Amino acid sequence: MIRAVIVMNTQGKPRLLKFYEFQPPEKQQELTRSVFAVLSGRPDNVSNFVEADAIFGPGTRLVYKHLATLYFVFVFDSCENELAMLDLIQVLVETLDRCFKNVCELDIVFNFNKMHTILDEIIFGGQVLETSSERVLKAVEEISRLEKSASSVSFVPKSVSGRFGR
Amino acid sequence: MEQLKTIGRELAIGSHGGWGQSKEFLDLVKSIGEARSKAEEDRIILREVESLRRRIAEPDVPRRKMKDYIIRLVYAEMLGHDASFGYIHAVKMTHHDALPLKRTGYLAVTLFLSEDHDLIILIVNTIQKDLRSDNYLVVCAALAAVCKLINEETIPAVLPQVVDLLAHPKEAVRKKAVMALHRFYQRSPASVSHLVSNFRKRLCDSDPGVMGATLCPLFDLISADGNSYKDLVISFVGILKQVAERRLPKTYDYHQMAAPFIQIKLLKILALLGSGDKQASGHMYNVLGDIFRKSEQSSNIGNAVLYETICCVSSIYPNAKLLEAAAEATSKFLKSDSHNLKYMGVDALGRLIRINPDTAEEHQLAVIDCLEDPDDTLKRKTFELLYKMTKSTNVEVIVNRMIEYMINISDNHYKTEIASRCVELAEQFAPTNEWFIQTMNKVFEHAGDLVNVRVAHNLMRLIAEGFGEDDEGAESQLRSSAVDSYLRILREPKLPSLFLQVICWVLGEYGTADGKYSAAYIIGKLCDVTEALLCDDTVKAYAISAIMKICAFEIAEGRKVEMLPECQSLIDELSTSHSTDLQQRAYELQAFLCLESQAVERVMPLDASCEDIEIDKNLTFLKDFVQQSIENGARPYIPESERSGMSNVSNFKSQYQHEASSHMLRFEAYELPRPSPAHVIPQVSVPTPIADLVPVPETTYNSKTSQASKLPSVTDASSAAHGLKLHLDGVQRRWGRPTYSSSSGPSSTTSTEKTTNGVTHIDGVSSQPRDKLNESRRQQPEVSAEKQKLAASLFGGSAGKTEKKATSTQRAPKGNTRNAERPGATRSVSPETSKEKAAPSVPDLLDLGEPNPTSTTIVDPFKQLEGLVGPTPVPSPLDNSVKTSGLETPDLMAAVYTDLPPSGSSSGSLGSTIGDMYSADKTSNTATSAPSIKKGPFPQDSLRKDARARQVGVTPTGNNPNLFKDLLG
Repeated sequence: MIRAVIVMNTQGKPRLLKFYEFQPPEKQQELTRSVFAVLSGRPDNVSNFVEADAIFGPGTRLVYKHLATLYFVFVFDSCENELAMLDLIQVLVETLDRCFKNVCELDIVFNFNKMHTILDEIIFGGQVLETSSERVLKAVEEISRLEKSASSVSFVPKSVSGRFGR
Repeated sequence: MEQLKTIGRELAIGSHGGWGQSKEFLDLVKSIGEARSKAEEDRIILREVESLRRRIAEPDVPRRKMKDYIIRLVYAEMLGHDASFGYIHAVKMTHHDALPLKRTGYLAVTLFLSEDHDLIILIVNTIQKDLRSDNYLVVCAALAAVCKLINEETIPAVLPQVVDLLAHPKEAVRKKAVMALHRFYQRSPASVSHLVSNFRKRLCDSDPGVMGATLCPLFDLISADGNSYKDLVISFVGILKQVAERRLPKTYDYHQMAAPFIQIKLLKILALLGSGDKQASGHMYNVLGDIFRKSEQSSNIGNAVLYETICCVSSIYPNAKLLEAAAEATSKFLKSDSHNLKYMGVDALGRLIRINPDTAEEHQLAVIDCLEDPDDTLKRKTFELLYKMTKSTNVEVIVNRMIEYMINISDNHYKTEIASRCVELAEQFAPTNEWFIQTMNKVFEHAGDLVNVRVAHNLMRLIAEGFGEDDEGAESQLRSSAVDSYLRILREPKLPSLFLQVICWVLGEYGTADGKYSAAYIIGKLCDVTEALLCDDTVKAYAISAIMKICAFEIAEGRKVEMLPECQSLIDELSTSHSTDLQQRAYELQAFLCLESQAVERVMPLDASCEDIEIDKNLTFLKDFVQQSIENGARPYIPESERSGMSNVSNFKSQYQHEASSHMLRFEAYELPRPSPAHVIPQVSVPTPIADLVPVPETTYNSKTSQASKLPSVTDASSAAHGLKLHLDGVQRRWGRPTYSSSSGPSSTTSTEKTTNGVTHIDGVSSQPRDKLNESRRQQPEVSAEKQKLAASLFGGSAGKTEKKATSTQRAPKGNTRNAERPGATRSVSPETSKEKAAPSVPDLLDLGEPNPTSTTIVDPFKQLEGLVGPTPVPSPLDNSVKTSGLETPDLMAAVYTDLPPSGSSSGSLGSTIGDMYSADKTSNTATSAPSIKKGPFPQDSLRKDARARQVGVTPTGNNPNLFKDLLG
């Protein structure tokens, strides 16, 4: 199963932390720090896999992707396939991009509850739920629509980029 | 960051909080983004948290405000600040009816609370209600909370609702319900054991997504007990066939692959079901062959499926044709330029050699390449592979490589692992004693405190007993070489404590044995040890005992012992030590020096560490004492078995464990407390077993048993009678000798030692542990199935004895050349490597300008590469400009979409282009060395590799491509 999803920027500041097995906040910070320490020490042109037993316990591995100013990190155990996880990161990023139109770090910072919604449509309870970004997007839009109609006031954040037409 | 700040500022000026999040949240994020230091950031958030704490508790907070507060709290906690005061408000928010609020509430509680948190009890009711809601979004939100928050005790409360949802009209809900049940299974398999049939039923769900979700719990169930699901093999194969034949709706395609994630899960399941089952495997051969044929090598996900197929083929009952296909796919992985694929290739190779060790031969050079790769992950994976293929012919090369790597890493976790692997391999395959001791020394020197204590004791035993040869000469030679090497090593300024213990013990036993060194010299050295920086009490105890032994041998020989001043000061220091153990030893030594030679010889016989000590288990010598005590009115001892109303210790313990493991609310009353049997033991007036706390050299023990009224054996025997073997084991392990303990002791410890070695043979070593190591080596071929296969190839195959000879003759120069050539091998000087590095290091961003079609995944990968050959030099200057100026606009998508043509990361494709560009050189290259195709395109490269090959211990012989036979053959 997938143990955790971590999104952080290249300075190690967490942008999204999701642990599918409960970790107390202090532990979350510690884990994020150690993951960052490992990732920042890796050169550019190497594999996207790291064995993470030192950080997350025996048998765990992590796959990461470095995109612009962000690291996307998936932590998982031996029941998953590394290459497949790498593609799952791709799915997440693609979906974010479709959602925010040219996603950047700022979108994620400001809309991190939306990002949680997206992630919940891709991974559920540590298992892969959906791998088609179109369908994820559709589900998220459905949620937005129903949320809107459920309350008179709009709670759904529009993307930064949409507003400013970057 | 800069950019973030500017945009943040723009936003603050322009938007006035008109969108989704409140202006305050925006301000918070902005000010955090502008914080110059961690301290400043912390101050900002603390201030924020304080204000939230105040405002959240105000009465009548508007609902929308509350939602905003909760989100800010989640944010604060993500940055590592305590938000626990808000948990209750998040819980309250889940009770709201409005969907946005409810969802926010659920999001917050799943992030905030653990499954055992006290507040969960307040949510269970809401979850129950929401699971029955008409709005499927509410149901989904509740299911998400179920996955995270429901623990073993609360499962029964929501289980019926979740099971009902399996028949929900929306497939998204069915899918999530299956996954929630899976989660229940993970939490407590017993709670859903009656629902297994539901999983089977969902396998036939009309929606492929639900079917796919069902595979996850089934995978878990099958890995726990495969035999009950053999009947599903045909269904799984059928599903896989349909998926592979693209019978699923197009929407399940991912990058031109038909439902790859479902394929991967199915392959994993088939691997489990087919393992060791010829009949089940028979059903799979066809479909696996199909998948190999249809495999899509150009996309990342296609390779993922391919890799999973290799795993499956190597796990099920072997089929020659499939294995061939798997080997072919593996070699494609290994030859790939992408590090990811190489990594998968090394892993796949590790699986294939278990079935056919010859597979590795072809990929020797690729594997050596991976070993020298700058990528740490790849390197470690390769070491894992080498570890799997070690045998006596290549153990030296491999272990030396491992140690070399071990010295250079700082990651303690991995250091421990690799050190223990070195030890394990050395223990199993050591060609000579000297090599073994030297290897151990290296391991201890560099990873000393990380290795298991057991290893140190094994080493001591080995030096004391030799490898079981009867040849006294060889044994004493071994010892003196050990003493020599230790005296040399002692010059090092910093040595790990465990290693110092070994050194002290060996010097004490054998330092003066061959007469090469004087007693005073050795004692001086030992005193130096105690003054070393990192010397702890244990080492001091070892050192002073060693000094005592040397003095004893001197006195027994009739020589006068000159007390060195530093030794005297050591004794003085220790006799006032805080540690009573050290004090005792110091006083013993002092007393000892006054004894006459005959007494000394009895107390401390020369070279007695291997002698067996007779144990009087019935404690007959205590009879008088017991008799006397009883006469004086003491209560007689009642054997444990005869004591009424008291189950024995182990029973009690297991019962307790059972209770702990079931971890449920107990409804029946607790039993009456029992008197703990442990209290009865000291009845025989046994003094506390001090000796167990700190390891005591055996000979001192000897002296104690005779001097100090035989205390240890009393403790031993009495505790053994009670089944408390805890510290017995400790004693034994320390000495690795079944000296004084119950007869069951030795066999149990030795067997555990064996299993840690990964070897599972049982031999009755307890009687003659002297031969143990030796014997285990002799019995190597019948050790485990895996090793058996390796061994078979070793003795039966091409790797004959001649080869072994060849390697051994080349061993001598190897050590020197390696060190000499080391700097040359670091690949930093040669021009083509710099090029190699430059191309792949280009960051993802550079792909911005590349005319790479965003959705042309159908394009033939090779054509794509061809197209790239020309333009490659063009983008690179462009890239640099992008890198410098373009950084201002970090656009994730540029990278994302260029990654889309799944031929892999940009680095990979560029790398391969370079390979193509140089392919012209290849032809000229073939003249110089025959197997050049495997050696890579560059002549220098291949030359260097040849040099490496020689270093590693084999000479490439003309046309024979079997380089590194000793390593890989």
